[in-house]
Amino acid sequence: MSQSTVNSIRDIEAYSEDKASPLAGVNSLQIEGVSKTFADGGRIVEALRPVDLSIAAGEFVCLLGPSGCGKSTLLNIVAGLDKPSSGKITANGKAVHGPSTDRILLFQEAALFPWLDVQRNVEFGLQQAGVPAKRRKEIAHHFIETVNLKGFERSYPHQLSGGMKQRAAIARALAIDPAILLMDEPFGALDAFTRDHLQDEVESIWAATHKTILFVTHNVREAVALGDRVIVFAPRPGRVIRDFRIDLPRSRSLEDHKLVDKAAEILDALKSEMQLQEQEQKNGSTIH
Amino acid sequence: MAAPSISVSKQRPRTQWIGKLIRQLLFYVLLILLWQGLTALHIWKDYLFPGPLDVWTSLKGFIQDGSLLIAITVSLRRLLMGYIISLVLGLILGLLIGSNRYVEETLGSLVLGLQALPSVCWIPIALLWFGLHEQAMIFVVVMGALFSITLGVDAGIKNTPPVYIKAARNMGSRGLALSLQVILPAALPSILTGLKQGWTFAWRSLMAAELIYITVSLGGLLEGGRDLGDISQVFAIMIVLVIIGVIIDATIFAPLERTVRKRWGLSH
Repeated sequence: MSQSTVNSIRDIEAYSEDKASPLAGVNSLQIEGVSKTFADGGRIVEALRPVDLSIAAGEFVCLLGPSGCGKSTLLNIVAGLDKPSSGKITANGKAVHGPSTDRILLFQEAALFPWLDVQRNVEFGLQQAGVPAKRRKEIAHHFIETVNLKGFERSYPHQLSGGMKQRAAIARALAIDPAILLMDEPFGALDAFTRDHLQDEVESIWAATHKTILFVTHNVREAVALGDRVIVFAPRPGRVIRDFRIDLPRSRSLEDHKLVDKAAEILDALKSEMQLQEQEQKNGSTIH
Repeated sequence: MAAPSISVSKQRPRTQWIGKLIRQLLFYVLLILLWQGLTALHIWKDYLFPGPLDVWTSLKGFIQDGSLLIAITVSLRRLLMGYIISLVLGLILGLLIGSNRYVEETLGSLVLGLQALPSVCWIPIALLWFGLHEQAMIFVVVMGALFSITLGVDAGIKNTPPVYIKAARNMGSRGLALSLQVILPAALPSILTGLKQGWTFAWRSLMAAELIYITVSLGGLLEGGRDLGDISQVFAIMIVLVIIGVIIDATIFAPLERTVRKRWGLSH
């Protein structure tokens, strides 16, 4: 992206913020009727039924649901790495037609490049953008410190633990300074302790940088602990069933009974939806 | 926050390595003793089955008159030149085949066919085209190595984990930068397999070519031993060939492969 377009987006944001109350009126991300269907050996699979979502700038939104509910599909479409079958996505006032550095996707497997050390991994996006080497080094240094990986600049990914890999991947994403972070079950493969720890870190990074975060997870408590909103998906066909707003004060403790209650409420909603669906399918099969 | 947990991989203990060396050394000493024992029994005629001492005398002669060193230099120079040419061509061809469907369907099928052709089959063509010249040797080496390297690069590109390409594209990498900075390094483990296979084929085809075209070279010395009916010479040169093969593998390919496999997370 050229510098002028970056500036113009910032101008638009600044302008809209002047008009309305800060954050409230600015839609960082508009998802309108986005769906995904594909053919799998002659069978049509509805991976995602049309979704409408409006996400404000700086909002922390968790997409929650069991596997096969289309939440990762939606994230890939928002990233521009996958094309929707229908619908349209607008990010920061611009229609999404492909990947862009204003929306960075983080993967469960961290996807660090194994042939580069941590420093050069974090510099990768800056290098693609043509940032001079000296500046690159400074920026990378700053974000490696942000994610508490100082001292591991010269380590290669195979020398890092799973949690450290995720931290490096977060630093790599932050270095590019995207408006939107898309996190696809980034802590799904980590143990509970590391996971708790990284959740706290992501929350403080979010609080410090005011980035919009879309966070995919199948862990209800994780979703409630982190999200301003929890959008619940159900599988087969993948679809959005509820949009919960989480008003609990931060930072939230996983043991807090209000959080536990909220998590239970969300889980109930998901369970009853899935039972309803099973019932319908049973009825359907007995009728026909 | 607390200091991050460290999981820096440990070096293998040195003693393990020494143990392996001792076992191997013992094996070869026993083998030579067995060989000497068999010779002492005179089961086969001396001019068909030389003893280790005869072979050593023969080898010492070649070392002392300098002909072994010259032969090794000549052969390795041919090997190196041919290998470098096939490396460059193989990388280009592999990238083309791996990244373009139409090139794959056409040129890819041809490369696959030629890969199956024993590289010795290129010797007649080489002699007709280039005559009894260096170029003929190098041509045979190139034809031996090129297709393995090409297929290795192609396989590596096809097996690039999609997540690396996704991440790179997301970070604004495209075109040549994507190919050179992401796809090619991601393909390195597979490319290395091709490079290693390419080297063994190059080595084999060079020896085949040198047997036909007598010069001062390793193949030439081997064939010379046959002409003179000197079985000790034949044995001596064969042992030299084996040692060169082992040294090249142990000093170049094995360490490279180990480093890459470890760093790419393919082994621990």
